[in-house]
Amino acid sequence: MEDNRRDFLKTAGAAALAFPALIRAEQATNAIKVGLVGCGGRGTGAAAQAMKADDFAELTAVADISQERIDTCLDQLLKTSGQKVKVEAKNIFLGLDAYQKVIDSGVDVVILATPPGFRPAHLRACIEAGKHVFCEKPIAVDAFGVRDVLETAKLAKAKNLNLVSGFCWRYSNYIVATFDQIKAGAIGDIVAYYATYYTSPVKPMPPASARPAGMSDVQWQIANWYNFQWLCADSLVEQAVHSADKIAWSQGDKPPLSCTAVGGRQIPAEGGNIFDHFEVNYLYPNGVRAFLGSRQIEGCWNENADYIMGTKGVCTIGRSPMPKITGQTEWTYTGTKYDMYQYEHDMLFQAIRKGQTINNGERMATSTLLAMMGRMAAYTGREITWDMALNSQERIFPEKLDWNGSLPVPPLPRPGITKFL
Amino acid sequence: MRYAAFLWAVAAGAVDFNTAIAPVLTESCLPCHGSGKAGGGVRYSTAASAMRTIVAGAPEKSTLYLSIESGAMPPGEKLPKAQVDAIRDWIKEGAKWPAGLSLEQARAAVNERELVKRLHDKVAANSALPPATMAKIPEGDFVMGSNKKDEAPAHKVHIDAFYMDKYEVTWDQYRPFMFAKDEGVDAVSRPTRPYVEMSFGMGIEGFPAISMTQHAANKYAEWLSQKTGQFYRLPTEAEWEYACRAGTDDTPKDLEKYAWFAANSGGKYQKVGQKLPNAWGLYDMLGNVMEWTLDQYAADYYAHSPAANPRNQAKTPYPLVARGGSWQDGAEKLTCTARVGSDPSWKEQDPQLPKSIWYETDAQGLGFRLVRPVKIPSAEEMYKYWNNGVERDN
Repeated sequence: MEDNRRDFLKTAGAAALAFPALIRAEQATNAIKVGLVGCGGRGTGAAAQAMKADDFAELTAVADISQERIDTCLDQLLKTSGQKVKVEAKNIFLGLDAYQKVIDSGVDVVILATPPGFRPAHLRACIEAGKHVFCEKPIAVDAFGVRDVLETAKLAKAKNLNLVSGFCWRYSNYIVATFDQIKAGAIGDIVAYYATYYTSPVKPMPPASARPAGMSDVQWQIANWYNFQWLCADSLVEQAVHSADKIAWSQGDKPPLSCTAVGGRQIPAEGGNIFDHFEVNYLYPNGVRAFLGSRQIEGCWNENADYIMGTKGVCTIGRSPMPKITGQTEWTYTGTKYDMYQYEHDMLFQAIRKGQTINNGERMATSTLLAMMGRMAAYTGREITWDMALNSQERIFPEKLDWNGSLPVPPLPRPGITKFL
Repeated sequence: MRYAAFLWAVAAGAVDFNTAIAPVLTESCLPCHGSGKAGGGVRYSTAASAMRTIVAGAPEKSTLYLSIESGAMPPGEKLPKAQVDAIRDWIKEGAKWPAGLSLEQARAAVNERELVKRLHDKVAANSALPPATMAKIPEGDFVMGSNKKDEAPAHKVHIDAFYMDKYEVTWDQYRPFMFAKDEGVDAVSRPTRPYVEMSFGMGIEGFPAISMTQHAANKYAEWLSQKTGQFYRLPTEAEWEYACRAGTDDTPKDLEKYAWFAANSGGKYQKVGQKLPNAWGLYDMLGNVMEWTLDQYAADYYAHSPAANPRNQAKTPYPLVARGGSWQDGAEKLTCTARVGSDPSWKEQDPQLPKSIWYETDAQGLGFRLVRPVKIPSAEEMYKYWNNGVERDN
């Protein structure tokens, strides 16, 4: 199996976590050229972190569908990263095929930070072209995409390319320390895992009247990507996937047997087609259960927490600033927390400099599928097994996409009526 | 022109960008070429975007100049010759654009000044006293600081009278500011929706609001002023210390009777007002959450600060002063004199760039309380209290 990030971190030890050993100027032989695909807030942040991770990392190419977003992004990066921003006008690419131009511009590393629907194709193109990748979560919107990424992850391994995923908690020192406690038996055997991801709406759909005249369906939907299954994979898979990833982590990244789920939409969809609440019940071997609740509705109880229940105690993450274990073992994380977003890039660039390989590819695909099977169960009202999910023939991301084209929005799923494909 | 009344740092050169160029671009170009709308892919909100149609030094090669000179732009009436010439000369002189200036932000600042002016008039016409949840802090003199490090030198300071919140601002008070719908045209700018649950599971009702930037606390004060017709703002560092000491030397002897800190907080903040108040009736000045002040942190500020009502106006986003220590701190940090400077690491969890101007997600022991000075300041002073000018990290 692929490099297990957590074990890697564990061996690296606390000191290394707090002060990642960066490669400094005297050891560098040449620049590492970075290309950014997706210039929104997250992509801009990731680019800044990449440039900070290595003395000779520089941004040389960018892609987006919006010139305005590129302008804003570069303005911002000039302030944070200064001379390391070396994007010539010829390396600013606009449009749905801009990612390929970034790849072809001679970069060493590509940051993939577009809406998730595009990710499988972008990732494949990067790996086929021999690029190292930082790949934001989630990695696909349907099982076709998941299977594609699983293949691409194998290809990356064969080519010794680094593939670091944006499942950032795996790079958080205090969450790593917490899972180390659990792995060492601090709560005994895990019997149940309850995770919450209750927030406000992330990027609510504007009214149809806000759509400028002449804007195509595809353009309008990408501009409001969070509200469409084909772009964001739905709220459970886009946001609460972080919780799914921690559930997977607690189970050694082994898949569940099956799941059932409820879900629906309470607030008007305004032309979008994602649910605003889910509650998923996973069944793992030996009767272990994991429950994942997600909601994006204003004015409700908000909580983002994990309650991991074992035979000898309970671990709680997120109900206080520091994770806690109560029961036979009493434990609280007391160290400092460092920036997990920065650490992801520190590790990526360090691996590149040292000729090592980090490959989070398989794990990022299975964690995405774990959330996705919950979505399948909620949409259809059926019990979904892991194999059903993995082999699903439901195509959510369009096979052909025309920037100026029409794209009818499938209606909101209806449990009991919507078919599993 | 209204816009021209708001002056940015004046650029060198014969044509002044702020008075001659910005108003033309703002009034005549931004409506179709602003952020969010890019007529023909052209935009004039920031330097990076504007320079796509400008060749510095060469108006005859600049689409901007050519299109207004021919009258093709703006649609409708041709710009007056004086404006066209000003643009030409400005481009010829190198098309200097003030660093970091966004025309939209500049326009927002004009609107904000007008809002504050109306608010000032409303407050000035209101004779009501502040609510009973505020304690009257008398005018007086005290010795500020100590002989320790950045608290030195101990020096005499005069403070004018003010009212101060007896309690730290709670989520019950702060959340309506975060979540309520806009009340109309006079809307104060309000926080964006947080990505994470901002109480971190520590409790909402009766508990102190935390993890907001100083900018957010300033805007809360402005919002509350608008709602109540009273003038509220953060305390200065000197006002805060004066109120914390409450006529005493410094920290109370039985700290655990007055404060929540690492030894008794149970790893989280607690409901406000449960411990004993200080001599002036203020609860939780020490501990529970540390509290924002208006001042820029400078270790040597006391060496040259004015003797009456000092305030170190912020010039950089970091560090700004927070006071009083929190539930996370050891007793040694819970003194009336201890000073803490804010740090970029307080926003580490924010994965986006630019980082939020509203949340210090990693400062989970940081809150605030407000004061209401007895003497109502001018509109310009109010503007400066509520707009620190350094809300953006970079």
